[in-house]
Amino acid sequence: MASQTQPLLQIENLSVCFPVSAGLFRRSHQAVRAINNLSLSLHKNQCLSIVGESGCGKSTLALTILGLQHPTHGSISFDGKPITGAAQPGRMQRARMAQMVFQDPYASLNPRQTIHAALAGPLRLHGLRNKGEVEDRIATTLKMVGLKPEQAKRYPHEFSGGQRQRIGIARALILDPKVIVLDEPVSALDVSIRAQIINLLLDLKERLDLSYIMISHDLSVVEHMSDRVAVMYFGQIVEEGPWQSIFANPVHPYTRRLLAAIPDPFTIIRQEDITRKDMQPPPLSGFSYYPEEIGTHDVYQSPPPTEFLTVGDDHKVRFIAR
Amino acid sequence: MSAPPLLEVRNLHIDMRSGQERLNVVENVSFSIGAGETFGLVGESGCGKSITALSLIGLLNRPLAVGQGEILFKGQNLLKMNGSELRRLRGNRISMIFQEPMTALNPLATVGRQIAEMFVLHQGSTWHEAERKAIAALAQVQVPAPDKRIKNYPHQMSGGMRQRVMIAIALACHPDLLIADEPTTALDVTVQAEILKLMQELCDQRGTSVLMISHDLGVIAKMCQRVGIMYAGHLVEERAVADLFRRPAHPYTHGLLASLPVLGQRKLNERKPLQEIEGIVPSIAAFPTGCRFEPRCTRASPICRDAVPGPSVLGDYSFVRCYHHG
Repeated sequence: MASQTQPLLQIENLSVCFPVSAGLFRRSHQAVRAINNLSLSLHKNQCLSIVGESGCGKSTLALTILGLQHPTHGSISFDGKPITGAAQPGRMQRARMAQMVFQDPYASLNPRQTIHAALAGPLRLHGLRNKGEVEDRIATTLKMVGLKPEQAKRYPHEFSGGQRQRIGIARALILDPKVIVLDEPVSALDVSIRAQIINLLLDLKERLDLSYIMISHDLSVVEHMSDRVAVMYFGQIVEEGPWQSIFANPVHPYTRRLLAAIPDPFTIIRQEDITRKDMQPPPLSGFSYYPEEIGTHDVYQSPPPTEFLTVGDDHKVRFIAR
Repeated sequence: MSAPPLLEVRNLHIDMRSGQERLNVVENVSFSIGAGETFGLVGESGCGKSITALSLIGLLNRPLAVGQGEILFKGQNLLKMNGSELRRLRGNRISMIFQEPMTALNPLATVGRQIAEMFVLHQGSTWHEAERKAIAALAQVQVPAPDKRIKNYPHQMSGGMRQRVMIAIALACHPDLLIADEPTTALDVTVQAEILKLMQELCDQRGTSVLMISHDLGVIAKMCQRVGIMYAGHLVEERAVADLFRRPAHPYTHGLLASLPVLGQRKLNERKPLQEIEGIVPSIAAFPTGCRFEPRCTRASPICRDAVPGPSVLGDYSFVRCYHHG
């Protein structure tokens, strides 16, 4: 699609390792490889979803993009300029590039701060001193997420779950960032509220020309919101492509397993079986899928060299040479 | 459902009392579960589904208490039983699986001991015998190397394994009724699929009835034969699962199903916004006097505000509480 233009966010060969200390003197002998040689790019005004199970490294990836975690190897660049390594910009500058919306709006807002204080803080830190301007900015941001400016005087506990997630979104938007990382944005919300938040996020993306990186395991939400989908398994992307291609033609066994595991009420009622084994396409000749057996993975070892091969229109899958 | 029901809940009211105030948290809920049947209770947080389940085994704590109603288990009213009678029933004939296995298990005891305890308490086994039975119970929930695993403490196991231990404890004495309160909400999707399959197999084999509580309609569709929808303390609709998804009758159920993003529905080059249910769930202190969904309902009329609609029967064990259902 937009792959000709320069990506807004480019992640190249990113690895993040955490040392594990043990024994006398707490020296580290081993490292957990949370992210292994991962490359991804996010284009302007796209929503890139990262799906995978807990422990696959998707949250580490989010933290690394936000600059809260240093990469062990590799680089991330934003708008063509590197934001990791020697040339990395300061925290203040990074805050204007990317912000995050957290999963649990109950836990991610300070209970002792009014909404006004939570939104005004970053503005003041970033040099907006004029009181009128601060008030204006807070009022417009609250209106944008569907809240009333008068509600700014209240504390988080005075809001419902859905409203709190709107506040979380307002907090992410207040510095006008280009990229927003959405970490399971609706999974902590009640079912009848989810649609409101999903619609709001998609609407804001168009109105403000935002780009999203969404971390989720709810594949029906992923299908609805994404432009591209990347499936992550133990620190690596095993399959990546445009949403329609991932959902209509999942290739990697792990992607198929994830898709088969979702209990989608309407498919169950129609008694369709999306797990049919005979639909599993054979791997490209000369290759086998990596990993072949899911769950047999050593987080301390670096994975064997694999190749990311194109299987369709901009749709890539990880294989290992046989 | 043909045989007399195993569990029958009749006009259950649960009150929350604070000082002089009495708030109706659950009002006039009736449903029944047949032998070997899986009944689902769906609703959003705060709708009263979990406290309904807790009331079945006498685990409600102040300020919550059953106001009126009957809970008949094999014809006996559980609300009339005293503490020791209930203790003999709990864990033995009726048992429960909770959402978060880490907080439900005792962190200071090995899982083997926690399973064995069931046999010692309810079947009079010796600890030695009970340990042998615990290994068998752990093998049944497909925990690999059960003879080694019984020596583990809960923190040494993964979330999925812990939930298997919970299931082993709950099913140890072959209960007639298993209450599962959001048993897979804390788990990954692939683990969830395994746990649901395991529960289904074990309960089918033994003819155990299940009360499945969940907010996830997918889990309900997969596991249950019949389902009740709760909204703000009222049971607003009870249907066979397939009917509910094909022809929802209550406007709330209708809105809920329409608001779900459905796999395979999105078209290329076109994205319709999801249908929203306007507004928010009313707070317990401010429940409307009539239909509790009325403030958010698109079909509401003045009559809805005045009185709670009675059940309109749609078929056997199937009703909806709405003046304008359809």
